[in-house]
Amino acid sequence: MYQWDFAFLWSYRWLFLKGLGVTVAFTVGIVLLGLVIGQLAALAKLSKWAPLRILSHTYIELFRCTPVLVQLVWFYYALPVLSGIEISAVSAAMLALSLYGGSFYAEIIRGGIVSIDPGQTEAGAALGMTPFQTMRRIILPQAFKRMVPPLMNQSIIQFKNTSLVSVLAVPDLLYQGQVAAHDSYRPLEVYTAIAVAYFVILYPLTILVRKGEEALARND
Amino acid sequence: MEKPKIEISGLNKKFGDLAVLKGISLSVEAGSVVAIIGPSGSGKSTLLRCINLLVTPDGGQIRVGEDAFTFGPGTKLPGTRDLARFRSNTGMVFQHFNLFPHMSVLGNVMEAPVTVRKKSKAEARELALALLAKVGLSDKADEFPARLSGGQKQRVAIARALAMQPDVMLFDEATSALDPELVGEVLGVMKKLATEGMTMVIVTHEIAFAREVADRVIFMRDGIVAEEGPAHQVIDAPRETATQAFLSHFHRGGHHQTAETAP
Repeated sequence: MYQWDFAFLWSYRWLFLKGLGVTVAFTVGIVLLGLVIGQLAALAKLSKWAPLRILSHTYIELFRCTPVLVQLVWFYYALPVLSGIEISAVSAAMLALSLYGGSFYAEIIRGGIVSIDPGQTEAGAALGMTPFQTMRRIILPQAFKRMVPPLMNQSIIQFKNTSLVSVLAVPDLLYQGQVAAHDSYRPLEVYTAIAVAYFVILYPLTILVRKGEEALARND
Repeated sequence: MEKPKIEISGLNKKFGDLAVLKGISLSVEAGSVVAIIGPSGSGKSTLLRCINLLVTPDGGQIRVGEDAFTFGPGTKLPGTRDLARFRSNTGMVFQHFNLFPHMSVLGNVMEAPVTVRKKSKAEARELALALLAKVGLSDKADEFPARLSGGQKQRVAIARALAMQPDVMLFDEATSALDPELVGEVLGVMKKLATEGMTMVIVTHEIAFAREVADRVIFMRDGIVAEEGPAHQVIDAPRETATQAFLSHFHRGGHHQTAETAP
């Protein structure tokens, strides 16, 4: 029978905290960058201009339909070979995860925009608003409310996806866990602790999303 | 004689293979009220939406005030800025109100003057409050649209359109989505506008209202103007059989008959 012993983990607390800091910072970065990319891709996909629509569609489907782990490795190893530009593991990971997240955010944002009654766009146009003004003042504020729960859900997934950056030796929580596991020869406790850490952070967020969805259902 | 406020000639519009407007011509004198009546699918809403270019015609000419556009093969469609400026001079009221649900009543009326006309908030607010008083909704300024009745919503929509101080008001079945008891309050506001000399084009099923308020009535059928003339003449003594057949569905009082009571 395996003898569980979690007490030794305490001596790795600073290592885990450092890793957690990297994970959280990474998540904030890829969520923000991904939202910007997703917003642009969504607007491009709704554009009147066909080349822009095709470009956006290609980007979205390329990133939605390939594994994120493959993307990470590709951006770190293949992109420098193709472009001749060396990028750090952090930059490659940031780029790949932001683009990956952006492709899902784009579909959520586009869905939110097209879910708004076309009469709203007509009303804006009839008042003499330009398409840009109508989008900014009329459509997006209404669509945003509907997008928040699915965007939060996707961001939770993004938080977990950051664990993949450990394959590029970016020192996130999982990477530091691997270090601790090798060091202590106690991988079962270490990985259990890491799972608990992710859960403790994400579970409250899922409750928040559910509350948001309920509030939305009441309002509509 | 002054030239008409709105002039339309040879207007064509197809949706796919379906010709919705077939060479419509129409003129509206400044300060007059024209009512467009006709069965569903006759193209009357499409015609109205062409007047402010919410629908782009395939061919023909449209002039509203000083702005003239020609449509057809080889003509360039107006750009978004031209379109926006053009539309800012016509007000439109929709069947389903299309109020902005995320803004208060006051916010709805202030939106276009602030965003489009670049008026100061204070100025727009003053204008909006005056217009809400005009449609009898001063006490609802801070409510949100979801808390209003259909009739109140439509009166807000009228105030919102008037806030752009348009030369022309277009009404697209403004009372068709309302409960019968709420129709009167909206028609009342429209009648007041008409007596103040607003140029109005009204697509409506309220035959009695058209007869009372409109100067001219246009009867549309299958994408053409089947009959046109002074309101009393078209409604009380229609010349065309199609007009007679259509009007026979309405009581003398002008209310639409239900299937059970139809002869």
